[in-house]
Amino acid sequence: MTLRLPGALADEIRRHGEGAYPAECCGAMIGRADGAAKEVVRLSPAVNRRTDDPHRYLIAPDDLRRLEREVQEAGQEIVGYYHSHPDHPARPSAFDAEHAWPWYSYLIVRIDRGRGADLASWVLDDERPLMHPESLDVLSEV
Amino acid sequence: MSVTVSIPTPLRNFTGGRDAVAVVGTTVGQVLDELLAAHTGLKRHLVQDDGRLRTFVNLYLNDTDIRQLASTSTPVAEGDVLTIVPSIAGGSPATETALPKLSHAEVLRYSRHLLLPEVGVEGQRKLKAARVLTIGAGGLGSPLSLYLAAAGVGTIGIVDFDVVDLTNLQRQIVHGTSTLGHSKLESAKARLTDLNPNVNVVGHEGRLTSENALDIIRDYDIVVDGTDNFPTRYLVNDACVLLGKPNVYGSIFRFEGQASVFHAKEGPCYRCLYSEPPPPGLVPSCAEGGVLGVLPGIIGSIQALETIKWIIGAGDSLVGRLVLFDALKLRFRELKLRKDPSCPICGEHPTIHELIDYQAFCGIGAEPDYAGVEINVEDFRREREQKGDDLVLIDVREPHEWEIAHIEGARLIPLSQLPDRLGELDGHAEIVTHCHHGARSLKALEILRGAGFGKVRSLAGGIDAWAEQAEPGMARY
Repeated sequence: MTLRLPGALADEIRRHGEGAYPAECCGAMIGRADGAAKEVVRLSPAVNRRTDDPHRYLIAPDDLRRLEREVQEAGQEIVGYYHSHPDHPARPSAFDAEHAWPWYSYLIVRIDRGRGADLASWVLDDERPLMHPESLDVLSEV
Repeated sequence: MSVTVSIPTPLRNFTGGRDAVAVVGTTVGQVLDELLAAHTGLKRHLVQDDGRLRTFVNLYLNDTDIRQLASTSTPVAEGDVLTIVPSIAGGSPATETALPKLSHAEVLRYSRHLLLPEVGVEGQRKLKAARVLTIGAGGLGSPLSLYLAAAGVGTIGIVDFDVVDLTNLQRQIVHGTSTLGHSKLESAKARLTDLNPNVNVVGHEGRLTSENALDIIRDYDIVVDGTDNFPTRYLVNDACVLLGKPNVYGSIFRFEGQASVFHAKEGPCYRCLYSEPPPPGLVPSCAEGGVLGVLPGIIGSIQALETIKWIIGAGDSLVGRLVLFDALKLRFRELKLRKDPSCPICGEHPTIHELIDYQAFCGIGAEPDYAGVEINVEDFRREREQKGDDLVLIDVREPHEWEIAHIEGARLIPLSQLPDRLGELDGHAEIVTHCHHGARSLKALEILRGAGFGKVRSLAGGIDAWAEQAEPGMARY
């Protein structure tokens, strides 16, 4: 599957990561999915419920239930989540992979010394806890 | 009781696309068991091996988290809705300890690195903090240790047991003519600290063995494998998997090389790629088959590059990819590697939990069959004087090796042609086979014995031993 992300939303994710630096930011990506692609139409920045460790994020189940209800009523779905890796590559850590769910896209943005850098999207492998990269289309505005 | 279980989007692939499933049971635990029995694919995502719910899986009965009720013993009523709610969690690798600072002299020395945003001061400090172990100070170990030292890797450990030999210098550029006969560790250490005195070069004299590997590797962040033999390669792999360290792999032969990064936490290991070693003797070593001197320079540099990228966290690593390089065609190819679920050390049900006997695993040492079939140079020379032409000497090397040097009176039948040319030989003749160092001639001996030749022996140490002991004027290679 390909993840299609409008350029403006990619920038929004970077800005969210920059704002949270040196801690991690996190949020949900909302949109539509068919057999071949997931398309993000909006983001829902989440409250990082982990305040004990800047290298962790957690979206609480209650927050998620609320969001899912809201998204479903709008006829959309959560296609994945994003989070930032402050001064670490945009690839999943062992902790990310251990906690990943199938099907969802896990978009990681590297924040390089406070500035938003590269993005990469990952999906959980059939053989968990491995993740593999997913093709990411950052759509430029016309 | 019939309960509706609401399935979240990521798990609908396992329920035939349905967002809700009706399940019968009297408690949450029973409903869950029934659900997993009916949709087995859900199992590995919801429960751990010990059968307990994964920590990031939340179950809500109607609107209440079951942890606030009686957990999985909570009774359910007809028409209840049980909802599976994911917790979304993750994070970057654990916080690092404070990185060492750079002196003014270091800032100047590494200025071309510091100009790269991907390295910068932070990356250079990570390099300074890094501890890299290279296995072998030979063909691959030379360029890679030189580049790692030049790049400012703070601690470089080297494992080697050998001394610098003239035949090494065609490719082992960390050594030099002035260090011929010195231990490779001493020689490499002198060159590396001359290149960059900031680097702490730690020598581990001796062979890497099952007894010492874990203790040596444990102290390093990343291992670079520059070995030339299968037992050590499997040993390095297994030790790295057991310790959770990345293993930057490279190998070379003649005009071809390979490189990858094996890191079982993130991808496949060497055993996922090659579950079994080749039969001993099938793959000739560089000493037998030769190697183009530049080739280890290219593959060793790729290993240094991957090591540095891993340390500073830049770019895409070679984890899950095998790069194949053909020097004659000047072509790089790439193969995707997948983790083997049945891998005996990093798979789902590993059977290897500690280091094993790698010599035995690779079939080396299981060669007592050869006892008594070898003849040493001195005995051979004496017998030859007595028997003259009745003792047939067969050189099983390649014609281009014959051109470098050959023993007078020997007959050239390259090993690859031997099976087809048995007819040229007298079945009753007493035969001695020889090659460069004595490995191929043992193969030839097996072929001849298998074909019914009764009196065959192999010259121990090959033409190299002959040149050393019997014919000092002969060229060695």
